[in-house]
Amino acid sequence: MNIFVLMKRTFDTEEKITIVDGKVNEEGAEFIINPYDEYAIEEAIQVRDKHGGEVTVVTVGNEDAEKELRTALAMGCDKAVLINVEDDIEAHDQYTTAKIIAEYLKDKEPDLILAGNVAIDGGSGQVGPRVAELLGIPYVTTITKLDIDGDKVTVVRDVEGDEVVIETSLPLLVTAQQGLNEPRYPSLPGIMKAKKKPLEELELDDLDLEEEDVEAKTKTIEVFLPPKREAGKILEGDIADQVKELVRLLRSEAKVV
Amino acid sequence: MARKVLALAEIRDGSLRNVSFETIAAAKTIAQGGEVVSVLVGESVQSYANELLFHGADRVVVVEHTNLKHYTSDGYSQALMAVVDAEKPEGIVFGHTALGKDLSPKLAIKLNSGLVSDVVSVEEAGGNLIFTRPIYSGKAFEKKIVTDGMIFVTVRPNNIQPLERDESRSGEVKAISVDIKDLRTIVKEVVRKTAEGIDLSEAKVIVAGGRGVKSAEGFKPLQELAEVLGGAVGASRGACDAGYCDYSLQIGQTGKVVTPDLYIACGISGAIQHLAGMSNSKVIVAINKDPEANIFKVADYGIVGDLFEVVPLLTEEFKKLKVHS
Repeated sequence: MNIFVLMKRTFDTEEKITIVDGKVNEEGAEFIINPYDEYAIEEAIQVRDKHGGEVTVVTVGNEDAEKELRTALAMGCDKAVLINVEDDIEAHDQYTTAKIIAEYLKDKEPDLILAGNVAIDGGSGQVGPRVAELLGIPYVTTITKLDIDGDKVTVVRDVEGDEVVIETSLPLLVTAQQGLNEPRYPSLPGIMKAKKKPLEELELDDLDLEEEDVEAKTKTIEVFLPPKREAGKILEGDIADQVKELVRLLRSEAKVV
Repeated sequence: MARKVLALAEIRDGSLRNVSFETIAAAKTIAQGGEVVSVLVGESVQSYANELLFHGADRVVVVEHTNLKHYTSDGYSQALMAVVDAEKPEGIVFGHTALGKDLSPKLAIKLNSGLVSDVVSVEEAGGNLIFTRPIYSGKAFEKKIVTDGMIFVTVRPNNIQPLERDESRSGEVKAISVDIKDLRTIVKEVVRKTAEGIDLSEAKVIVAGGRGVKSAEGFKPLQELAEVLGGAVGASRGACDAGYCDYSLQIGQTGKVVTPDLYIACGISGAIQHLAGMSNSKVIVAINKDPEANIFKVADYGIVGDLFEVVPLLTEEFKKLKVHS
């Protein structure tokens, strides 16, 4: 089976966000594989181990993303592709990224494409469905279970806490929800092997794309931090009195109940 | 510049979701005096049309088909594309819901457009429409504009004030006939796991539990409190990882980002990832045994104490209030 994973490098969830010159400051920040993409990678590896084939992990970004691609290879992916847009694209949005990935995938005949259902930085969750539409294949988002039997696929989709069982077929794109699996940590032998696995680097030119083919349709004009929350009132006294006081405050001061 | 804007309505458990009215309100701002057309899609949904008019839609377009009984991206996009062909709108507003998140990118790329998702406010300034949305799960925000193509937006539930309901409003309700076919994803079964009615993202009150809840059983007092307040129960990653509750309840940087009027955190320490998911709530109450817990730094009101003592007392107190009012 020809399996692809769409991966994004994101800020570590531990990171505090600061803004310098109107942009999120990346200086000194720790980066990780987007947590939802880890589920996609794990699932891809499991599908390959069961049904055979090859897993290629793909990202759009700059050379810094090599680290996260190597991690994906160490987890067990077979090949990695970095589409390096650093020199070609200044501002991009989900339209841009999806166009680039779809262009890369269009002659690769993927059977299964997996991605995280959302990236924890931009949080738009658009790229997966856009890529599927551009490739003309069906997609199911936020899945928690994937069963493949020949061309027939049964998935469970998380819909705001309810489970929807869906039947579909390959080729297919799915996006991973928490609960799909428990992503493995790269093993030491895995890390050693990853160093020798192929990591291909491509630029827009290699995909026969011009900058204007992928020009963003939206633009960020400002980034700001929410007002800092101040620590409030810690109530005192007997617990029963504190509870009464809390209810009073919620009614008369905060006016939320 | 006046624009025609579509607003997709959503139905859950036999009633219109609140976010349907919020999409109308957002569409009004985007329309800048132009027409707002609510869209109803489903098997048999025409009866909901008046309620959309009462909430400010100028007209309602209805697409009904047996193949629209369950949401599928193929079915709904065929329906919406037919409406787009008929109406030629300049913008479409969806709820940032499971449905909206799944469907909107497909339509956006079909129409060669961008999409500003998870919008919490829309304003018009100097001829530009400015959309504000959280990034890094609410650790920061960005303002975006649409530079090319149609205006596609998903709005986060609970953030945009709907118009006051007014039964004197009226408007045309028109059905469009579309043959919905060739669905490539078929819904076989829907397994309800959540309580009727209140979804976490739309709840006005959330009672959330962390590791301090200690067991699945330990969520019971939280559920009782949520019930009295007409709210929903949520959880921290710690509680989900420990197996006390389903991942669908998780609030945080992985999990749901919520903005209720009242967030009651019980036995939650307040890791940065959890704070990202809830610190934009209007009022936060923290109940925790540990006075040093991080959660107190963002809480408006805190009680240092055992949640198993405090939460039932709180439930009793709210019950009394209900009886009196």
